[in-house]
Amino acid sequence: MNRIGDIWVYLAASPLLWLSMTLAVYLAGQWLFRRSGGRALFNPVALAITLLALLLLLTGTPYATYFGGAQFIHFLLGPATVALAIPLYLHWERVRRLFLPILAGLLAGSLTAILSAMGVAWLLGGSPRTLLSLAPKSVTTPVAMGIAEKIGGLPSLTAVLVILTGVIGAVAAPALLKGLRIRDDAVKGFAIGVAAHGIGTARAFQISSLAGAFAGLAIGLNALLTALLAPLIAALLPFHSMP
Amino acid sequence: MIGALAILLMLQLVGEVAVRWSGAPLPGPVVGMVLLFLALRWRQALPDALRATAETLLSHLSLLFIPAGVGIVQYGSLLAREWLAVVAALVLSTLITAAVTALVMQAVIRRYPGARQDE
Repeated sequence: MNRIGDIWVYLAASPLLWLSMTLAVYLAGQWLFRRSGGRALFNPVALAITLLALLLLLTGTPYATYFGGAQFIHFLLGPATVALAIPLYLHWERVRRLFLPILAGLLAGSLTAILSAMGVAWLLGGSPRTLLSLAPKSVTTPVAMGIAEKIGGLPSLTAVLVILTGVIGAVAAPALLKGLRIRDDAVKGFAIGVAAHGIGTARAFQISSLAGAFAGLAIGLNALLTALLAPLIAALLPFHSMP
Repeated sequence: MIGALAILLMLQLVGEVAVRWSGAPLPGPVVGMVLLFLALRWRQALPDALRATAETLLSHLSLLFIPAGVGIVQYGSLLAREWLAVVAALVLSTLITAAVTALVMQAVIRRYPGARQDE
C-alpha cells in the first residue's frame, strides 16, 4: 500500500504522468472518432478535454500540476503556427488570385466574431469580464490570451473559450457551409479558419489540403486584425475601465 | 526532422524578439510564419524534411489545443452562473462568423471574375 503511495508521490511531482495521459487520451479520442466513421460530433479534442477534466476532478489534481506536464504539448503551438507557411507556400497562386475576396471576408468575419460574441453574451446577462474574455474567442490561443489581457478579460478563461469555439466550429461549420451552398474549398477553409482558428483548421485539412491552407492563412490574418480591432471596440464600451 | 524543427523554432524565436523589439501588436509565431513564407518564396524550393515535419505537426494540430482546453476545470463556478450567456455566445457567434465570412468572400468572387477559380 505504501509503495503505491510512493509511486503516486513520484508521478504527481513529475511531468511524465500528465504528458503521457494527454497523448494517450488524444489517441483514444482519434480512435473513437475513426470508429464512429468520422462523425463530427465525436470531435477528438472535445472527447480528450472532457476525459482529462474528469480525471483531474476525480484525482483532485490542480490544473497547474496538469499543465506542468502538458505544457510541452502546448509549447508546440508556436512552431506549428510557423509551419502554416508551408501550405500557404504550396497554394500561393490561388491565394494571390483571391486577394480581394480574402480581404473582404476577413474584415467582415473578424468584426462579426468580436461583436456577435459580446452582443449575445450581453443580451443574456453575461458579466463585463466574461464579455471582454469572449471578444478574441475566434483567434488562436496564444494571441487571444494576449488580447484578453490587454482589454481587461481573463486570459486563462479566454483560452478555454477559444478551444470551445474551435470545437464548435469544427463540429458545425462544415455542415453549415454546405447548407449555404458554398462549394469552393478555398472559401470553406477560409471561413472555418476565421471562425474557428487552429481546431477549425485541423478539420479543414480533412476537407482538402487547399481548404487547410486557406484556414491556416485565416488564422494568421484574423490574429492580426483582431489584435488591432478588439482594443478599439473594448474602448467604446461603457465598462471598459473596470478594475 | 531535428533540422526542420530547429528552423521552425528559430523563426519563432526571431518573430518573438522582433515583436518585443518593435512593440508591434503581432503574435511572434505569426511573424515567424511570414518569415518562413518569404524564405520559401525567395528560394523557390521546399526541402523534403521541412515539408514532412510540418505535415506531421499540422496533421496533429488539434492535439496541441488540449492542454489549454483542460483549463475549463478552473471555471466551474463561473460557468455554473453564466453558462447560458457563454454557450449561446460561442455557438451563435462561431456559426454566424463562418457564414458571414463565406458569403462575403463568395459575393466578392462573383463580382470580380478575375478572382474566380479556373476549373
